[in-house]
Amino acid sequence: MIASDAKKSFFVKVKRQDSPEKNPYYEVFELPYKPNLNIISCLQAIASNPVTVDGKQSTPVVWDCSCLEEVCGACTMVMGGQVGQSCSTLVDELIERDGTGTKDNPITLEPMSKFPVVRDLFVDRSSMFANLKDIKGWVPIDGTHDLGAGPKEDPEAQELRYQLSRCMTCGCCLEACPQFSLEGNFVGAQVFGQTLYFNTHETGASLKEDRLDVMQQAGGISDCGNAQNCVEVCPKELPLVEAIAKIGRQTTVHSIKKFFTGKK
Amino acid sequence: MSQKQPRVIVVGGGLAGLSATIKVAEAGVPVDLFSMVPVKRSHSVCAQGGINACNEVARQQGYSEWIHMDETLYGGDFLQHQPPVYEMTHWAPRIIDLLDRMGVPFNRTAEGQRDLRLFGGSLFKRTHFAGASTGQQLLYGLDEQVRRHEADGKVNKYEFWEFLWPIIDDNGECKGIIAQDMRTMQIKPFLADAVVMATGGNGMVFGKSTMSVICTGGAAARCYQAGAWFGNPEFIQVHPTAIPGEDKCRLMSESARGEGGRVWVPREKGDVRPPLDIPEEERWYFLEEKYPAYGNLVPRDIATREIFFVCEDGYGIGGSRMVYLDVSHLPQGTKDKLKAILEIYEKFTGDDPTEVPMKIFPAVHYSMGGLYTVFTEEEKEAVPGDGEKTIGMKDGAPNNMMTNIPGLFAFGEVNYQYHGGTRLGANALLNCIFDGLFCGPSLVNYAKEGRMSPASELSQDIIDKFVKQEQDKVDALVNSKGKANPYDIWRRLGDEMTAAATVVRTEERMQKALETVKALREEYKDVCLSDTGMWTNQNLSFTRALNDMLIYAEAILVPAIARKESRGSHYRPDYPERIDDPFQKTSLVKYVNDQPELSYEDVATPMVPPRARTYGKTS
Repeated sequence: MIASDAKKSFFVKVKRQDSPEKNPYYEVFELPYKPNLNIISCLQAIASNPVTVDGKQSTPVVWDCSCLEEVCGACTMVMGGQVGQSCSTLVDELIERDGTGTKDNPITLEPMSKFPVVRDLFVDRSSMFANLKDIKGWVPIDGTHDLGAGPKEDPEAQELRYQLSRCMTCGCCLEACPQFSLEGNFVGAQVFGQTLYFNTHETGASLKEDRLDVMQQAGGISDCGNAQNCVEVCPKELPLVEAIAKIGRQTTVHSIKKFFTGKK
Repeated sequence: MSQKQPRVIVVGGGLAGLSATIKVAEAGVPVDLFSMVPVKRSHSVCAQGGINACNEVARQQGYSEWIHMDETLYGGDFLQHQPPVYEMTHWAPRIIDLLDRMGVPFNRTAEGQRDLRLFGGSLFKRTHFAGASTGQQLLYGLDEQVRRHEADGKVNKYEFWEFLWPIIDDNGECKGIIAQDMRTMQIKPFLADAVVMATGGNGMVFGKSTMSVICTGGAAARCYQAGAWFGNPEFIQVHPTAIPGEDKCRLMSESARGEGGRVWVPREKGDVRPPLDIPEEERWYFLEEKYPAYGNLVPRDIATREIFFVCEDGYGIGGSRMVYLDVSHLPQGTKDKLKAILEIYEKFTGDDPTEVPMKIFPAVHYSMGGLYTVFTEEEKEAVPGDGEKTIGMKDGAPNNMMTNIPGLFAFGEVNYQYHGGTRLGANALLNCIFDGLFCGPSLVNYAKEGRMSPASELSQDIIDKFVKQEQDKVDALVNSKGKANPYDIWRRLGDEMTAAATVVRTEERMQKALETVKALREEYKDVCLSDTGMWTNQNLSFTRALNDMLIYAEAILVPAIARKESRGSHYRPDYPERIDDPFQKTSLVKYVNDQPELSYEDVATPMVPPRARTYGKTS
């Protein structure tokens, strides 16, 4: 590794794909080094001058981003083989961690592999939002009329719900999950976290049984292999292990209840 | 008359757009909701500190909705219309209750009540919060309710669609929009009997700001070019505390100060000692010293100027252009409430702010000005504790927050109401949700009864004309053989606007900036795309928006030059005082012959007469 004071430039290798039907390919770009750069800055620099190391005039890399402060969840990608947010992943960290950034061993940027590619690093995560619809991911209020405050809440219960509510639908947990795949029907940790979130709210719990019906189906909680990769990669450190355990228990109780009451 | 059911289009899926969507869907009118990003990723997620509302604890200490209104007007230096502020502050407690019922995880006291924090421009605790990511939590709460209406078939979402232009008929009434699918690049017309822009601010005009990259102001600037007026576009808020970065300036919430964070610099210029080695008596807590009553919680424009001048005078950390924001002394429980923002600081800088003071500097944050809107006034029954004469907005009036173009509305940050010369912290979330909830029924009433003619009767010729207009723009960009680099033009625009039209504004510097922007507009005519493909072309979208940013920049500079006074965020060292005669007026900016044309409109002050805005500064 080059000492950081001597660094003038570094190299980034980007997986490109022009459209869903086309084959992917890689391009390498040389970028001027500055301390504290994040991956988004690299992509911005490429956009303003999309010329590869071979001198080929290319196009700006397409990627999804919005807030650049790790709260919107848009800019997830696989950087140096690890999934994360490209706004909060720093070039210095990757160089330090992987010894990459050189011409022979550039920093690799790839789209998440568990979602269909739209173009380059931009993938289609609409399934994550569709799953929220399936679990009835809302509190069924009576309407927006002025009906006074919501239920009082114990600070500990609020703390759990707050942590779960920081899920920004980024997809890191699904990318890292050995059970989740592009073709399969496993819904993954995002949905378990959100199910617990709504089931924990006093009014939200009125739809608990409906949600657990979904959890009971193929692709639901019983398909979780408990690898716990999700927790390792979650940028917001959501209590996903707790969510998986609790939803597992709730679903078991729900099944037994259904068995004895004969309800389908 | 066609009996076809009316439709409403909402452009933008942040707090304002989503709350409007809920109200319209609840009234049984179908909604088409357009957003450049999945709505859950809208810029509202970035709001951190909280949402203001009178509450029982504050009320029993003497606070009221009336005082909340007064604070908002005083903070805004009396430039805003008062009836909408009256209405917003009086609805605020009910809005909090509704969000609470929706399941927003507001912080709780030991007893299970909603917890409160102190915020800028107030001496009362009246800010409700969810950790330090309140905007995210509120947005999700509304997103969930919209998803419920979507599941019921009342809402159609068009995510990854870009608003291009309003469809305006021969009577000058808005009848829908032209939009483009950002993936397939297909351009399509969508008709509606009422259209609301809820498209947020324009931070990208200033290059690096605290705003998301989607906040180009492009959608507003397109409406402006189509004939909508801007109100007070020169009023731009610069937030005192942001983390300077290569790609953007990241917000460090006012809640850090609301929870007890202190701003300081070493008393000795150029002191290079690490902050923890500098003893208490050698630290200059300049805000606390100058403003004994409000301390670190003076309104943002004041804190921003003080920080700016301290650095200009050479007191910045080690001579740099940064000051300390210190939360390291706070108890652990308080630090926990700020976790969301403190961990962001650590991720981006590598320093743990619970151990060492943060280094911050002001950055462009919010657009007080924006699309000009109207409303219907109504005398309201005086609430106990209120003034004698109270004037609010008429519930459901079909023109509430409508632009000068009939049928085209503007809600949230994109309009110019509520905040005047400066927005108080934690009033933005309130403003956005209030617009959607209170004025959502106005959309319904306009679509059902207020419109001149139903959208379903619009002639195909008019629709085709607007589709062609937008297609021609795309063709021109794709076929351009020019040389100019759009990212380079944008960088120079941002640098110039930041230097000329943020914290300190002088006639000379702004005139120079106006020349620069004119030159950039010329250069833009020679702009060249580096991607001419027709699949998910972000280069095209950005380059098209760049033209709108340049046009918006002129609309900011022209009234800023003409406003020869200092008011709120608009600070003119050449005219350091507020001058009510003749500037107690809204700047109205119209797009005429490719240029901003400036005129003024009076602002009445029916409830609170203007007073000097000092915040008790010691001389």
